[in-house]
Amino acid sequence: MLEIRNLHARIAEDGTEIIRGLDLHVKPGEVAAIMGPNGSGKSTLSYIIAGRDDYEVTEGDILWNGESILEMDVAERAASGIFLAFQYPMEIPGVATMEFLKVSMNAQRKARGLDPMKTPDFIRVVKENAAKLNISMDMLKRPLNVGFSGGEKKRAEILQMQLLQPLMAVMDETDSGLDIDALKVVADGVNALRGPDRAFLVITHYQRLLDYIVPDTVHVLYKGRIIHSGTRELALHLEENGYADIIAKAA
Amino acid sequence: MNMHVPRIHTAGEKALIAAIEAARATLPGNGDVMQRRDEAAGLLRAAGLPSRKVEAWHYTDLRNLLRGIPVGAGAGAGAGASEALIDGALMLRAGDDGVGRLDDVADMPEGVAVASMASAFASGAAAPLLAVASDHDAVGMVSAAMASTGFEVLVAAGAQVARPIQLDFAASAALHAVNRINIGAGAKAMLIERAHGGGMSSLVTWLSVADGADVTFVLLQDAADDALHFGRLVIEIGAQAKVLLLAVNSGGGLVRREIDVAVNGEHSDFKLRGMNLLSGRRHVDVTMVVRHRVEHTTSTELLRNVVTGEGRGVFQGQIRVAAEAQKTDARMACNTLLLSDEGEFLAKPELEIFADDVACGHGATVAEINRDHLFYLMARGVPEAEAKALLVRAFVSELLDDLEDEALHDALNDVLSSWLATH
Repeated sequence: MLEIRNLHARIAEDGTEIIRGLDLHVKPGEVAAIMGPNGSGKSTLSYIIAGRDDYEVTEGDILWNGESILEMDVAERAASGIFLAFQYPMEIPGVATMEFLKVSMNAQRKARGLDPMKTPDFIRVVKENAAKLNISMDMLKRPLNVGFSGGEKKRAEILQMQLLQPLMAVMDETDSGLDIDALKVVADGVNALRGPDRAFLVITHYQRLLDYIVPDTVHVLYKGRIIHSGTRELALHLEENGYADIIAKAA
Repeated sequence: MNMHVPRIHTAGEKALIAAIEAARATLPGNGDVMQRRDEAAGLLRAAGLPSRKVEAWHYTDLRNLLRGIPVGAGAGAGAGASEALIDGALMLRAGDDGVGRLDDVADMPEGVAVASMASAFASGAAAPLLAVASDHDAVGMVSAAMASTGFEVLVAAGAQVARPIQLDFAASAALHAVNRINIGAGAKAMLIERAHGGGMSSLVTWLSVADGADVTFVLLQDAADDALHFGRLVIEIGAQAKVLLLAVNSGGGLVRREIDVAVNGEHSDFKLRGMNLLSGRRHVDVTMVVRHRVEHTTSTELLRNVVTGEGRGVFQGQIRVAAEAQKTDARMACNTLLLSDEGEFLAKPELEIFADDVACGHGATVAEINRDHLFYLMARGVPEAEAKALLVRAFVSELLDDLEDEALHDALNDVLSSWLATH
């Protein structure tokens, strides 16, 4: 489904190389966790998959269902089914949340050759999904993410994911800033979307999230490369022992 | 500058003087009016157009910017539809032929009286409206020399006029109008003044707002891309009166709009909300002065400008607080969103304060589209152009969101939408 081959990428502005020969393969239905110490390139990887132009790919390729996405812009990638759940969702004053949800849903429908949603259908589907995430309609009347708490922002990200029904969701440190109750709500939202056709790339610093979103595979990212891959037990090992021995082994 | 020294005219000055001379024979007016016209034309010949050396024109170097007079679609060609900005508005229409048309005169709202300016030109009553302030008052000179149409609108004391009144000026080649609008004590009204079409136009309006009146005034300029437009709105505000002025520029080639507000009565409030949408190669200059003359008055001026292409905008905003005007509260902000490398916006906010117990402030910002916001919207599948339009609307919306009148809010939102859809 997603195949990253020998990816090298740098910061466009100053040329600093962040990703240095990364290989990763995620199959349909798979939940793959990416773990790694600070500064290993975890968030950068999520931005590069989403297509942020602050980064330049200098070598290698990202294949999405067999085709390179490097020439596609951010919106095209999203419309093709790739969803990025942000670590820090943007507050955008002046953009109404409901309008944003409608515009984004209809933009993706249009890109897939579907008619725009009718307003009553749209409102119904938003209400249904919002209720499951404890998101009130009052929250949705506010400008996009403005004044939302950290937990509210993350729940709003999951709501967007549920509405957009992506084929693959890249979760960038979704657990950061969440208390345990909020973490459970978010994890339930993700788990409800798991299915044979949908993959997840769960990027996290801590094992804790993986107690709630149980991964099929775990990959250790260090200095821009995957240096070790394993099963869920690898995450538990990292929790107990840290990254030092795996880094030492890979060196 | 010594205006009596003969000087060599630029091509633009020659074209303007020729246009004035060609028009003179057909202009209405008694002896007083014609004398005002000739004085204005004489001043223009002697002084020429103001250049950047004149401080009031520093960012709009009219002498060098005006290369010729745009011909528009040609006299009599019509300027297209003059639709009401708000459905159901009373329409007062004027075109190039100098005839002010009053629709629905039989169906005039209670307390409203309107008349064409024709009789005031004939009697000389219009002469004081053809005022030229100085030898660099280009707007005054053009208006005085060529004004041939316009309206007088009287709203009686206490009248609560629900129906908006639109003064509509559709130029096809040349249209010069002066208007006088008097709002009686305690009255409430909404007026819309729209300048559109092509060629050269000038619009000078004298608005008097008596004590306790509540006026919403919309100035909409959406002329053709090569149009030359001079505008001036002079407002006098009485005690405990409220004036909300919405000044919108979404068209024009070379535009100068002057707004001169005298806050003459205590406990009155003036609000300016300005929306300048600058695209193509237009140059739009909004020059405003607000004069706080008495105690306990408030004013807020908020401008939101969007610049794309090679658009160029100017805002000169001056707040003057007289020594007597204690307890004045005046706030001015001019915020610009730049969407292109070639566009620019020049803001010159000024405070001139002679009282010692006032709260006055001003600020000006220029920013580009927030790239993080754009990335976020696009990461949800919104194509770049649509995402940018959402962010532009978000930037401007603060101006419109606190409008209490829903029909007006929607109408101005439509102006913004149609600009966004075409730029």
